[in-house]
Amino acid sequence: MEATIEKKYTFKDFASDQEVRWCPGCDDYVILRAMQKALPEMGVKKEDVVFISGIGCSSRFPYYIDSYGMHGIHGRAAAISSGVKLANPDLSVWMITGDGDSLAIGGNHFIHVLRRNLDLNIILFNNEIYGLTKGQFSPTSLLGQKTKSSPFGNTQPPFQPGELALGARARFFARLGGNTPKEMTQLFIEAEKFKGTSLIEILQNCVIFNDGCFTQYTDKAVRDDKQIFLEHGKPMIFGKEKDKGIVLNGLKLEIVTIGENGITQEDLLVHDAKCEDNTMHQMLVKLEYPLATGIIRSFEEDTFEYREQQLTDEVQKTSKFSKVDDLFFSGETYEVN
Amino acid sequence: MKSIGTEDLNSVVIRFVGDSGDGMQLTGTQFTDTSAMFGNDIATFPNYPSEIRAPQGSLYGVSGFQVHIGSVEISTPGDDLDLLVAMNPAGLKTNLSAVKAGHTIIVDTDSFTKKNLQKAEYQTNPLEDGSLDNFRVIEVSMTSLTKEALKDLGLDNKSVVRSKNMFALGMVYWMYDRDMDHTLNFFEQKFKYKPIIAEGNAKVLKAGFFFAETLELIPNSYTVAPSKMPKGTYRIVNGNTNTAWGFLAAAEKSGLELFLGSYPITPATDILHELVKHKHFGVKAFQAEDEIAGVTSTIGASFAGDLAITTTSGPGLALKGEAIGLAMMTELPVVIVNVQRGGPSTGLPTKTEQSDLLQAMYGRNGESPVIVIAASTPANCFDYAFMASKLALEHMTPVILLTDGYIANGSEPWKIKSINDMPEIKTRLVDGNSESTHPYDRDNETLSRNWAIPGTPGLEHRVGGLEKDKVTGNVSYVPDNHEYMTKIRQEKVERVANYIPDLKSDFVDEGDLLVIGWGGTYGSLHSTVGKLNHQGYKVGHAHFNYINPMPKNTAEVFSKFKKVIVCELNTGQLAFVLKGKYQEIDFMQYNQVSGLPFSVTKMVAKFKDILKEE
Repeated sequence: MEATIEKKYTFKDFASDQEVRWCPGCDDYVILRAMQKALPEMGVKKEDVVFISGIGCSSRFPYYIDSYGMHGIHGRAAAISSGVKLANPDLSVWMITGDGDSLAIGGNHFIHVLRRNLDLNIILFNNEIYGLTKGQFSPTSLLGQKTKSSPFGNTQPPFQPGELALGARARFFARLGGNTPKEMTQLFIEAEKFKGTSLIEILQNCVIFNDGCFTQYTDKAVRDDKQIFLEHGKPMIFGKEKDKGIVLNGLKLEIVTIGENGITQEDLLVHDAKCEDNTMHQMLVKLEYPLATGIIRSFEEDTFEYREQQLTDEVQKTSKFSKVDDLFFSGETYEVN
Repeated sequence: MKSIGTEDLNSVVIRFVGDSGDGMQLTGTQFTDTSAMFGNDIATFPNYPSEIRAPQGSLYGVSGFQVHIGSVEISTPGDDLDLLVAMNPAGLKTNLSAVKAGHTIIVDTDSFTKKNLQKAEYQTNPLEDGSLDNFRVIEVSMTSLTKEALKDLGLDNKSVVRSKNMFALGMVYWMYDRDMDHTLNFFEQKFKYKPIIAEGNAKVLKAGFFFAETLELIPNSYTVAPSKMPKGTYRIVNGNTNTAWGFLAAAEKSGLELFLGSYPITPATDILHELVKHKHFGVKAFQAEDEIAGVTSTIGASFAGDLAITTTSGPGLALKGEAIGLAMMTELPVVIVNVQRGGPSTGLPTKTEQSDLLQAMYGRNGESPVIVIAASTPANCFDYAFMASKLALEHMTPVILLTDGYIANGSEPWKIKSINDMPEIKTRLVDGNSESTHPYDRDNETLSRNWAIPGTPGLEHRVGGLEKDKVTGNVSYVPDNHEYMTKIRQEKVERVANYIPDLKSDFVDEGDLLVIGWGGTYGSLHSTVGKLNHQGYKVGHAHFNYINPMPKNTAEVFSKFKKVIVCELNTGQLAFVLKGKYQEIDFMQYNQVSGLPFSVTKMVAKFKDILKEE
C-alpha cells in the first residue's frame, strides 16, 4: 500500500511544464485543476502516482500532470493500467478516458476492468461526442442528435455509462457535473481511498462540438433543482429549497414534495452506497429527473491484486521451488554418461 | 530397392494413431519418455485435429503421435514409418502412405467393424482384400484382450475400453526392448487417488507386453541402442514448456519479476498453462479479456518495471500489431511470442507453418522496426526465450520471438541448463541518483534509452504513442525531430547485430549448395544436408535464429557457395527479405505450405537434382 508521507505537496508539484492545449472554456481544465488540488491531499508520494490514458481529448491529461504517465492507444488504457497495477500494486494508478475511448473502441476492456476490481481509479470524461476527430456521435450521444457523422440525426440508441458500469459489477460509481470543482476534488480523494476500481463519470461540456449538452442539469441556475447530490447515510433530498425528495413506490422511484400529501423527511429513502445489492444504485443511475450525482455506489470487497497475492503467498509457503534450478532439475531427469 | 544407410539402421520411426479420444498423445509421450531414459536421442511430432473429440471413427478425427528414436543424433521426427500402430480403420487409411514398404503395421481388429469401415470410407475390409500385402500386418483383437485382462477388476466399460491404448504400448515396449517401469510409476503418480484406474492401466500394459512376448508374434529384433549424447543431466521437454522456462530463467537472471499477459490461442496456450503454475517464483500470469489486452497489459507491466511478455499465435499477432507499435514508440522492453500455425485467417490452428515472418517484420503502421528472432528446436526454445528477454531489456525495444506448432508441441532431450550457465542480463533501470534525467537519454553504444520506472523519485516523466522530442521526451511535431527519431529507432535495432552471434554454415563452409532456413525447420534441413554430405556432396546448411537484424557476416557466408536455396514452410517470406537485402545473390527457393513439416526424403531428392544441374 502507498506509504504515508511526511512531505506536503501543493498543486504546483503536480503541474507539469507542458502547455495545456485544450480549447478555451473546456471542462477539461476544471478536471485537471481539481486533480492537481486533490493529489496533494491523498497522502501518496508523487513518484508513486501513474496516469494512463487512451486516445481522445481527455487522454492528453497525463502530459499535464507531473508524475509518471503514459498516453496509450485508443481504447486500451484499462488494460495498460491493469498491467501497471499488477506489476506494482503499491502505485496509485489513474486511468483517464472518454466516452469514445472506453465505451466504443475500448468497451471490452472497460467492462472487464470493472469486473476484475483492481484498485484503480478511472475518470470517464463523458461529453457525448467525439471531440478530437471533430464531432462524430459517440456511444453516449442522444438519439436524433445531429453530428458530423449523423447529419440527419443519430439513429443509434446510447449507453448510459452508470447502467453499463453497474451491469459490469462496478464496486464504485460516482457522477458529477464538469462545473463543480470543489466536489470534484473531494470525489477524487474519495476514489483514491476506495479499495477497488473506482469509476467517476464527469459530465464534461465540449464547447466546440456539443456545447451545452448537459446545461439542463448543470447550469448553476437549475442545478439544485435538477440534480440530487447523493451522500451515503443521508436522506435523498434535493431542490433549491430542500423540499423535494425520493421515495420508493412499488418498484419505482417517485419524486415527492416535502409537506405535500403528508410527506415528511422521514418518509424519504436514505442513500445506502455501501449496499452489496446494486438494484437501488441501478434505479438511481437511470433517473432522468433529478439526475443522481455524487457517490452512487461504494461497495468494498477483495481486490483482484489482493486475491492474487493471497494465492501467491499460499503457494510460496508450501512450494519446494524457490530458484529456477530447483524446477529444472526436479522430476524426471536422467543422466547421460 | 532397400538401400538403407547406416543412419537408418540406427533409428526407428513409430507412429501411434487412433481416434482423438483414444489416448494416442499419452501413448506416444510414454514411449518417448521411456526411450529417453533408456538413452536414445529423440524427436517427436504430435499431429491432432482441432476438434477436441471429433466424431468417433471419422477420417478427420484421427489423432497421431510420431516418435523417432535413435542411437545416433536425431534431428527430426522422421519421414517414413517403420511401425504404424492403428487403433481403427480411419487411422490406418490416413496414415498408410507413410509406412515404408515391407514394414510393420499393428491393428486392433476389434475396431474393424462394418460401421467403422464405412466411416473410414473403405469399400472392402483392407485386412481381407489384399491391399496390405506389401506390409507385415499384425492383427490383434486389442479391445477384447483388454476387456479380458480387466474382467475381474470391476471397472466400468468405458474405462476398460479407454485403456486399450496401453495394450498397444505394452506390445511396442516389448518389441523395442523397453522397460515398463517408467510408465508403471507414471500410473501410480497420476492416479494416486484412483488406485483402481492405476491398477487397470498397469494390468493392460503388462497384458500387451506379455501378449507380444508369449505368443512370439513379433520377433524381438529392433533394439535401438542408446545414442552418444554429450554427458550431462537431461530431461524431455517440448518447445512450449521450454519457452516458458527460458522466461523464468531470464526473470531470475535479470532480478525482475515476470509478467505474462495472454489470451488463449492454439498452439501457444501451453506457455500460459506452464507459467500460471509458477507463482512460487512470483510469476504474474494474467489471462486477459482479449489479445489486445494481453499485449497492452504487458506494456503497462513493462512500464512499471517487470520483465513483461505476451504469448500468441498468428491471428493474435495481427490483433497486437498496433500495441507493438506503441511499445516500439515508447521504447519499452516487451517480448511477444508468436507460436506460428497454419494461416491465413483462422487457417490450420493445429498444424505448423512459418508464414508469419513478414507480419512480424513489417506488420505495423509507420516505420516500426523491432527485433525478430526465431527458435529452431524444442530444446533451444529455452535459449531464445532467454535471449529475447535479454535483448529486449538491454536494448529497450520489443522483441518478437517466433516458434511454431511443430517445435512447440514436439519434444526432445534437453541437456538441462542451470541459471549459472546463462549470460548476464544488464537492465537499463535507473534510479533517482542517476545523472540522466530525461527519459530519452541514450546509451552511446546501443542507443537504448534508460528505464525509469514509477516509484523512482525525481524521474517522473510521460511516454506515449505520439512522437517525442529527442531529448526531453515531450510531444514534438518538429519535422527534423521526427526524422531523427525515426532513424534512431531504426539504428538502435540495427546495432543489435553487434550483440548476436555470427551466422555459420554447418557441415562445410564452402561448396556447391547452401541450404538456408530459419526457425523450426532446423531439424529437417540438418538431416537433409547431413545425408547429402554423407553421400559425398558439398552442401552447407545456414540457419537463421536472428532475423532482424541479421548477423553481420551473412553475405560472406552466402558468397562461399555456388548456389543458395532458401527453404521455408511458406511461399517465400525469408527469401523476400533476403532478395531485398542481398541483391547480388541469386536465391533459389524450396517452399511447402501443407501444414506439415518438410520431408527429408523429398528434399534430398530435390537437392540432388539441383546439384546435377549446371
